[in-house]
Amino acid sequence: MSNLLILPILVPLVTAVILIFFSKNILIGRWVSVISSIVTIISSLVLVNQIHMDGIQTLDIGSWPAPFGITLVSDMLSALLVTTTSIISFCCILFSFRSIGKERERFYYYAIVQFLMVGVNGAFTTGDIFNLFVFFEVMLMASYVLLVIGGNKIQLRESIKYILVNVTSSTLFVITVAYLYSVVGTLNMADISVKINQMGQTGIITVIAILFLIVFGLKGAIFPLYFWLPGSYYAPPAPVMALFGALLTKVGVYSILRTYSLFFYHDTGYTHQILWILSLITIVIGVIGAIAYWDLKKIIIYNIITAIGIILYGISQMTKDSINGSVFYLIHDMLIKAALFLLIGIIISITGTSKLRNFSGLINQYPFLGWMFFIATLSLAGIPPLSGFLGKLLIAKGGFLEKDFVGALIVLLSSLFVLYSLMKVFINGFWGTFKGERNQTAPVKFLLVPTTVLIVLAIFYGVGSEWISTYISQASEVLINPSIYIDAVLKE
Amino acid sequence: MEILMAIVIGILFTSGVYLILSKSLLRIIIGTGLLSHGAHLLILTMGGLKRGAVPILGEDGSKYTDPVPQALILTAIVISFGVTAFFLVLAYRAYQELGTDNVDKLRGSEGNE
Repeated sequence: MSNLLILPILVPLVTAVILIFFSKNILIGRWVSVISSIVTIISSLVLVNQIHMDGIQTLDIGSWPAPFGITLVSDMLSALLVTTTSIISFCCILFSFRSIGKERERFYYYAIVQFLMVGVNGAFTTGDIFNLFVFFEVMLMASYVLLVIGGNKIQLRESIKYILVNVTSSTLFVITVAYLYSVVGTLNMADISVKINQMGQTGIITVIAILFLIVFGLKGAIFPLYFWLPGSYYAPPAPVMALFGALLTKVGVYSILRTYSLFFYHDTGYTHQILWILSLITIVIGVIGAIAYWDLKKIIIYNIITAIGIILYGISQMTKDSINGSVFYLIHDMLIKAALFLLIGIIISITGTSKLRNFSGLINQYPFLGWMFFIATLSLAGIPPLSGFLGKLLIAKGGFLEKDFVGALIVLLSSLFVLYSLMKVFINGFWGTFKGERNQTAPVKFLLVPTTVLIVLAIFYGVGSEWISTYISQASEVLINPSIYIDAVLKE
Repeated sequence: MEILMAIVIGILFTSGVYLILSKSLLRIIIGTGLLSHGAHLLILTMGGLKRGAVPILGEDGSKYTDPVPQALILTAIVISFGVTAFFLVLAYRAYQELGTDNVDKLRGSEGNE
């Protein structure tokens, strides 16, 4: 069935349209969105299996041959990311039931979450550069609404900044596509790669590569384009924050990974050098922020920036090990960031504050929550049996093999500070004597269910890395060797 | 012709960036409008401004202008319409709730201690 790879886009889209009609009936909204996310998860898992068996799946929309129509391409990387996205949004939707509040639910909340999934899954699956722009806009439009829904003062204020930054970066994206179109005369990603290969990587192509880095760096919050992220991600409620932190920036990272491995791999000296420097500064900025703050949300937000730096460092090395590690770390980071945001969402719903100095001694009343947070912390820092280990190991190994000791050491040292920043939360918030308020009516048991699902998945992802690595290496093979992708799309 | 267009687009971008860096929210939104005008004109220019018939097959001409950039612009225009409409309503709401349109007064200090 060749239409399989469109299902992770189509199912949320149809669901979102249906949910618009049932916005006032919260119960139907909840059930429909849960069922459709389960369908999305199942279809994306079937897709992963199909790609594992038969290689890259492509679908020419409307049966127009490859460079002329829009082609959807699902290789292992995008299928794995689509699966992760579907699982995370399922958990966030489940988390929303008891935490987001009836007012928001009545105002199209579930429909907008589905639209966000359409955008993210579409951006991961598309094989056309302008179609990527359109899916970015679908995703961003949904994220604007999710950020502002509820209309608190802080949300209004931060939405203005978030929208302004993203309008500017979208304009830059359009400009970059225009430049690229004038040079290569095509929009299909595989065909662009072929054309760049024919003309060689001239100066103008390098300029376009840097422009793409600026565009996707603005989406994915790399140094020096990360300035909007700490404020904007602070504003929305926990499940929305988890969706944003896990998905939105990773789409930018995926786009950098895709463009830099598919288009601009001929003259890597200049572009990848810049990526290398920026990724290392991004890591440093992230850890500085993470250890500076005494606020739960800010600590996790700066950890997003650190993780993006680590993934991009792996991309900048462009060796088999480091790309493997980056893909491994990307999926791990999506899972664990979503889990951490949901965990601090639970903590905030109990204590009513995100300030770390205002409460302590949670472990007596909430031992399960405490140990879950502990496992998530160790997993994020990369302690061996857990999920963050193998990715970072491969990235550091790739760095050392390339004789880049500075970069590899920064990656390794960053783990220490990441561990410190979250252990600070654990020690100050969970240990110690009873301090601060406790909201006894917080539905902790219910909220822990989706969070535990994510953490169990992260543990499984780490323990079963032997089994998963066959899929990961299939994903990174396409990135190392773009001709596989091109042959699959253009069918030569 | 392309040179002239490039200069005009450059002026549009300059004015857009200047307006975005100002303090009033409405000037910022006007700036984003100018930026998207510039971007759309840039797609048209970069697609080539060679003479040819309009891209309708009934028109008899040996050459047609490139139809792809026009489709891209049409898509980009409606997207920026949607975003701008949302942004304007957001600015209106923010003015009602926060009582200011000065961006300097929209600072937050959450999480800082």
